Amino acid sequence: MGLTMDVQKENSMIKQKQMLSDHFMALSQVKETGKKVAYTFVPGNLTELITAFDMLPVYPEINSLQSGMRKKSGDFIREAEDVGYPEDVCSYVKCDIGMMLQGNIGPTDQLLPSPDILLLSYTGCFVFMKWFENLRRLYPHAEIAMLHIPYQADGRVDPAAVKYIKDQLTKDVIPKFEKVAGKRLSDTVLAECLSRSAVAEDLLMNVFESARHKPSPIDAYFGGVYYIGPIFTSFRGSPACVGYYEELWKEVQYRIAHKLGPITPDGAITEEKYRLVVEGPPNWTNFRDFWKLFYDHGAVFVGSTYTRVGGLYDYGFRHSPDDPLGSLAEYCLGCYTNRNLPQRIELIEKFITDCDADGLVINSIKSCNSFSAGQLAMMRDIEERRGIPVGFIETDLVDPRYYSYSNIKNRLDSFFQMLEQRKELQPRARVIA
Amino acid sequence: MIVYLGIDLGSTTSKAIILDPTGEIIGRGITNTRSDYNVAAEIARMEAEFNSRFSLLRRRVEADGGSPVEWARIFDLLDSRFHFLQYLSRHERLATAMTDSIKHDSSRADLAERLQAALQQTLEAIRTRFFDGQVNSTSQFFRDLFSATFMRMIDKFDRLTFDRLVSVYDRSINPVENQIISFDFAELTERSLELMPAETGIVWPLIRKYLREVAAISLDPTDYIGTGYGRQLLPFEEKHIKSEILCHALGAHDYFPETRTVLDIGGQDTKAIQVDEHGLVTSFQMNDRCAAGCGRYLGYIADEMSISVSELGPLAMAADHETNICSTCTVFAGAELREHLNLGERKENVLAGLHLAIVQRAFALLARSGGARNEFTFTGGVARNAAVVKYVSNMTRTNYGELTINLHPDSIFMGALGAAIFGLRRKGAHA
Repeated sequence: MGLTMDVQKENSMIKQKQMLSDHFMALSQVKETGKKVAYTFVPGNLTELITAFDMLPVYPEINSLQSGMRKKSGDFIREAEDVGYPEDVCSYVKCDIGMMLQGNIGPTDQLLPSPDILLLSYTGCFVFMKWFENLRRLYPHAEIAMLHIPYQADGRVDPAAVKYIKDQLTKDVIPKFEKVAGKRLSDTVLAECLSRSAVAEDLLMNVFESARHKPSPIDAYFGGVYYIGPIFTSFRGSPACVGYYEELWKEVQYRIAHKLGPITPDGAITEEKYRLVVEGPPNWTNFRDFWKLFYDHGAVFVGSTYTRVGGLYDYGFRHSPDDPLGSLAEYCLGCYTNRNLPQRIELIEKFITDCDADGLVINSIKSCNSFSAGQLAMMRDIEERRGIPVGFIETDLVDPRYYSYSNIKNRLDSFFQMLEQRKELQPRARVIA
Repeated sequence: MIVYLGIDLGSTTSKAIILDPTGEIIGRGITNTRSDYNVAAEIARMEAEFNSRFSLLRRRVEADGGSPVEWARIFDLLDSRFHFLQYLSRHERLATAMTDSIKHDSSRADLAERLQAALQQTLEAIRTRFFDGQVNSTSQFFRDLFSATFMRMIDKFDRLTFDRLVSVYDRSINPVENQIISFDFAELTERSLELMPAETGIVWPLIRKYLREVAAISLDPTDYIGTGYGRQLLPFEEKHIKSEILCHALGAHDYFPETRTVLDIGGQDTKAIQVDEHGLVTSFQMNDRCAAGCGRYLGYIADEMSISVSELGPLAMAADHETNICSTCTVFAGAELREHLNLGERKENVLAGLHLAIVQRAFALLARSGGARNEFTFTGGVARNAAVVKYVSNMTRTNYGELTINLHPDSIFMGALGAAIFGLRRKGAHA
């Protein structure tokens, strides 16, 4: 997802950068091209539907994280606080609102177009609704469509929920898009998009599952957030997206064959000392510093829940041209933010088992109440069931005031020493349930 | 001889522990942490070294036996004189610095004279306290001891003189405190013997018999580990640095092998640690970005009330109820304290409320880490405060039922002890 990494680049990274650059160029030219713009969210997004209408998606939380990586979020957040947003509010929201108040100049320094439609897909994060309420005030002429996704409270996809979502799509969301786009939805175009999605999804899963190798050829967290860029943002369902994952998978296969570790901003990891799983998003304002705190210790992430925030393919789900709306509904229901705590724990345990991880890190987000709420309970559950060390740290998404290097380092130093101690004194201590 | 050194450089105090090869503690050292961390670490180490030599000396004279002697008393007397002589050296340096700093001050004709008188009275008062066994090296540090007594001595002067002398002290203490003074153990012990009550003279020959031998023993550590808040600032290589979380846990495990939860309330951080049957940390939580539940909170309150930190606990114990303190912020708690006192609440009750507040904060952290399990060990500098101990015990019982609660007089040394054990284990593993 990043644009700013000025480091060793592979072909797939160059490709992604070009895709993003083309996308933001297209966004800056909508006045000339007449293309319509939909603002929507990453978790359980409906990218194929938007692109089937030949519209351009904009993801406010992606713009916020980009602003964080580009060291602009602090300024945007202050702007939002100046107009009355309190300190505790989600920093993605404030960063996005601040950016819009300062002229809506996007991550590539190009003007972002105003939305023609605000598609609020409500998937587990209660802030989304309030966020778009505020956007509606900023863009009073935009069409509004709300897609309500029932929370997976009992841990399964309920057929009634699928029907409920499909009904919303056919009766409300699609008609509104047709109105804005000025044309009918083409079932053929949508089905083609979904076929390509499934191909990209298979390739992405190959990449993620490659972390089972020792050494792992990928970092499923810090590298992973780049790997999910195309599929979770504007490109899923496009030929370019498939091309990106083909390239990426080739690179990963090369690293597997040569037993190479993942590439970091300071070069490839030569000795994999710890295999970790992580819960929670990374910090964006100090992304490279944060990453360095791990790779300096030879720690590689072999599993991360955050890279399932857009959608989850680990249990076999793929978008399907045979049941377009049904698979869109299932996708929304299945994304990580919409899963209940036992499901989140189950996924973490799956990563630990599948990838033979040594420890778990939880990065709890100060300004994110909905996602962070159950993390301590999850931590305890996993500690008890797996007997592996858990490191608990706190940072924020894009508020630089919440990133305290010394606090994080102090905790991680202890965590790494805990891992080391286990290796030295209890080589067989790990309980495989 | 083979010894292992652990140093815990905390935000308020620096501690050192010396272990013999069997893992027995032979020396403890403690001093206040000061701006130069290396000095603090070195003074703590020197203290532990002297303390070790006294342990070794005592082992020898006791083994030599003879008539039954109250060795504990003899060594307490010797130790207090030994520390008084160290105090004296520092006092003289500070006195010189203070005298020099007003040499060219002609604002008040009798300033120098008054300073000399106050310095002399301070020294006499402190000598008496040492000789009466009211203070020792671990209960009060040079800075606190001098400043509390000196302030009392100059309090009788007029406001201008008082302010002037306070500023002279403020200016002089840091440079003096950041100097390392070397002492010769044998020589200082000889001088200490001469200050002993005459009736103890009968045992001096026995002490002298072993003094040179013990003084000559090399106590250079075979391995050493540094830990604590300032550990990265120690002039140690990376392999000699350990996280304080692991050290506190291991120290607590050493005293209480059945411990499964450790709560450490230090100067500016509180740690809730879960530990397994091997002394390995399974998880921990620390306070983040706010020190309201820590020792400094009490330090701040003591300053607000113009009393010493050691007086807080006993006052709070004299409360008939706890005033409800809402603030979770140290600075606001100071304001709340004044508000309650203005409304006529007894200061004992307000202090009890403040003590309860700090424990409630620590228990919120403990809950985050998974709660208290049997046995529960409470450590850190704050564990010396009786009121804190009372509330910790009460809240443990209320929240977690009847657990064994471990407290140890050495609780402030747990981090340094854990560090020293890491050194010992490392050598053991490689031997």
